[in-house]
Amino acid sequence: MAKNKDVIMSVKNLSKVFKSGILNPEYTVAAKDISFDIEKGKIISLIGESGSGKTTVGKLILKLIEVSEGEIIYKGKNISKINDKEETQQYYRRVQGIFQDPFATFNPLYRVDRVFDLIFDSFDLGFEDKDQAIRDALYDVNLNPDRTLGKFPHQLSGGQLQRLLIARALLMDVDILIADELISMLDASTRIGVLNLLVESCKKHGMAVIFITHDLNLGYYISDKSLIMYKGRLVERGDTKKIYENATHPYTQMLFEAVPEIGERWDPDEEFLPEQIVNDVQKFYKENAGKGFVEIEEDHSVLFSDK
Amino acid sequence: MSENILEVKNLRAYYDILKGQVKAVDNVTFNLKNGEILGLAGESGCGKSTLASTFISRKKPLKYISGEVDLVGNKIMKMSEKEFKKLRLRTISLIPQYALDAFSPTKKIKTYIADLAGQHGIKTNKKFFDKVKERLDLVNLDESVLNRYSIELSGGMKQRVIMVISTILDPEFLIADEITSALDVSSQRFVATMLANLRDLGIIKSAIFITHDLSILYQIADRIMIMYAGNFAEIGPTDEIVANPRHPYTRALIDSLPKVGIQYKDKRLSGIEGTPPHLLDIEEGCRFRQRCPYAINKCEENPEREQVAEGHYVSCWRWKELGSDLSGQK
Ligand SMILES: Nc1ncnc2c1ncn2[C@@H]1O[C@H](COP(=O)(O)OP(=O)(O)OP(=O)(O)O)[C@@H](O)[C@H]1O
Ligand SMILES: Nc1ncnc2c1ncn2[C@@H]1O[C@H](COP(=O)(O)OP(=O)(O)O)[C@@H](O)[C@H]1O
Ligand code: SF4
Ligand SMILES: [Mg+2]
Ligand SMILES: [Mg+2]
Repeated sequence: MAKNKDVIMSVKNLSKVFKSGILNPEYTVAAKDISFDIEKGKIISLIGESGSGKTTVGKLILKLIEVSEGEIIYKGKNISKINDKEETQQYYRRVQGIFQDPFATFNPLYRVDRVFDLIFDSFDLGFEDKDQAIRDALYDVNLNPDRTLGKFPHQLSGGQLQRLLIARALLMDVDILIADELISMLDASTRIGVLNLLVESCKKHGMAVIFITHDLNLGYYISDKSLIMYKGRLVERGDTKKIYENATHPYTQMLFEAVPEIGERWDPDEEFLPEQIVNDVQKFYKENAGKGFVEIEEDHSVLFSDK
Repeated sequence: MSENILEVKNLRAYYDILKGQVKAVDNVTFNLKNGEILGLAGESGCGKSTLASTFISRKKPLKYISGEVDLVGNKIMKMSEKEFKKLRLRTISLIPQYALDAFSPTKKIKTYIADLAGQHGIKTNKKFFDKVKERLDLVNLDESVLNRYSIELSGGMKQRVIMVISTILDPEFLIADEITSALDVSSQRFVATMLANLRDLGIIKSAIFITHDLSILYQIADRIMIMYAGNFAEIGPTDEIVANPRHPYTRALIDSLPKVGIQYKDKRLSGIEGTPPHLLDIEEGCRFRQRCPYAINKCEENPEREQVAEGHYVSCWRWKELGSDLSGQK
């Protein structure tokens, strides 16, 4: 794990167990023993299949759900211990999320400007000229303020709405942005623009991003570091290129094999069964029993066994 | 006709709504060859699903305007509902987008299959279910799924059940609309490969595989057709489309695809500025011209469909002069 002064948040042995039902409660371990650091201005992609626990990790960091075990340290403080209103407000001033469906974030009855009004109402952002600040932020994300402000959500495209949310994060000068399937709704031709924008904003403003995605191609393109999740566990963690060049966990290997790419065809002779991965992973854990989570090279760790 | 399963000529189908006409399929011409898997790609809203509905079920407000569709000798646009119904599942079969959402959580898979077969007048006797079991095995599902509820199955497993039912009567022509879009990569690979297997085994003859994801089409499609804003843009052999696209939109679409091995730090990909036009009462002209870097005055007129090579056609005024400008890796 990075041990430098650039670390702005440390997630340590984080777990989340959901309990549902009262008489015969059922427990879902949505995330188990997750540890990673977030560094200033870096993009980390959080990659995994549906239900692997990606959103859960995002929600834990955003304090939207309660931590079951472990801790999230931000500026020297465990965020679970942040309870009073003022401190919570301070936290949200610096840590923000953008979720899957941009249309759900906007109230269809209000003009899109409202997302800016809301943050100016809640936070003292210290701008002298509020309107100018909004316009600047919109220019920053390649939106023409005159064509954006005053519009209703349905009058803008999904990509424009997502740019608007990035502009809001920039305006707030957040430290950490959690982007959950940010661009999954967008078409190939527009989403790359939003992605490029996200990276550029990051570098320019020193904002860190947790980029949650199930799309390996996108995660690879955008991130410095990667976290691969499988069934609630963090199975591989580290430098994005190293994970690609030396994928070690069977789930990660499967991801790289299955991902469709232009210019490279799937091997037609290889029998590929999605069900197989469960067995492969179990076998891998069995063979490596007792090893646990191991750093196999600098900035590249792998879960060798789940106990 | 032997070589082509499907021949579509100047097809137009619009949504007739209060405000006017949404020209969602406007002058689309192409052939589907016997034995071919044709991939259909394009941005959301470009008319892919509408094209599929035009063949199968034109429900209001969708209205057939003009053009011809010949499906193994049947002029299906001229057929009555009753006549066409006889072709369904036997000659033509559709897996609709969002079919996954249509499973009722309270029904067993067996009941779901029986209901569906019933709707098409198929006897659900032992012989039928024996065939179902045989086909389930083919897609690596145990027959025990028949007694399970849909919530117990993953998205990928449900999609396989859907594929089995849609092809149970060995239709000549299958339309698969976004069958991989809601799935994890491992299931995507399995389901897409399955489609090609069904063809290889002769269970289906030809298919149109609709998806917005060009990288999946690259894996299994023999030819790829690109639509833009309700219009035909380009069709051609998969490797040709990828290596030598002739339409500026095809080029831009390919360039905007990230792939493992390419990082932002090393190579910045480019998207296409702007968004597709609204199709409501859209006027004449190439519909890509507001976003096209090569647009000229001539593009105010509708581009004609021209042949580039065997099986390769394009609709762009400037394809010849742009030629190699669009080729190769950008
Ligand atoms: N509020 C909740 N109550 C009970 N179980 C939950 C709750 N939220 C999530 N889960 C379960 O936790 C697991 C992880 O869910 P999560 O939403 O984090 O997955 P994800 O990786 O974000 O998936 P996707 O790619 O589909 O968004 C799943 O099994 C899910 O059903
Ligand atoms: N029921 C409908 N009424 C009016 N317009 C529709 C309807 N369904 C689709 N459209 C419009 O037709 C166009 C093509 O849609 P669709 O075929 O669903 O595209 P795709 O499948 O390529 O995403 C879009 O502009 C869409 O908004
Ligand atoms: S016809 Fe004109 S606007 Fe349309 S793609 Fe060709 S060059 Fe571009
Ligand atoms: Mg999620
Ligand atoms: Mg569609």
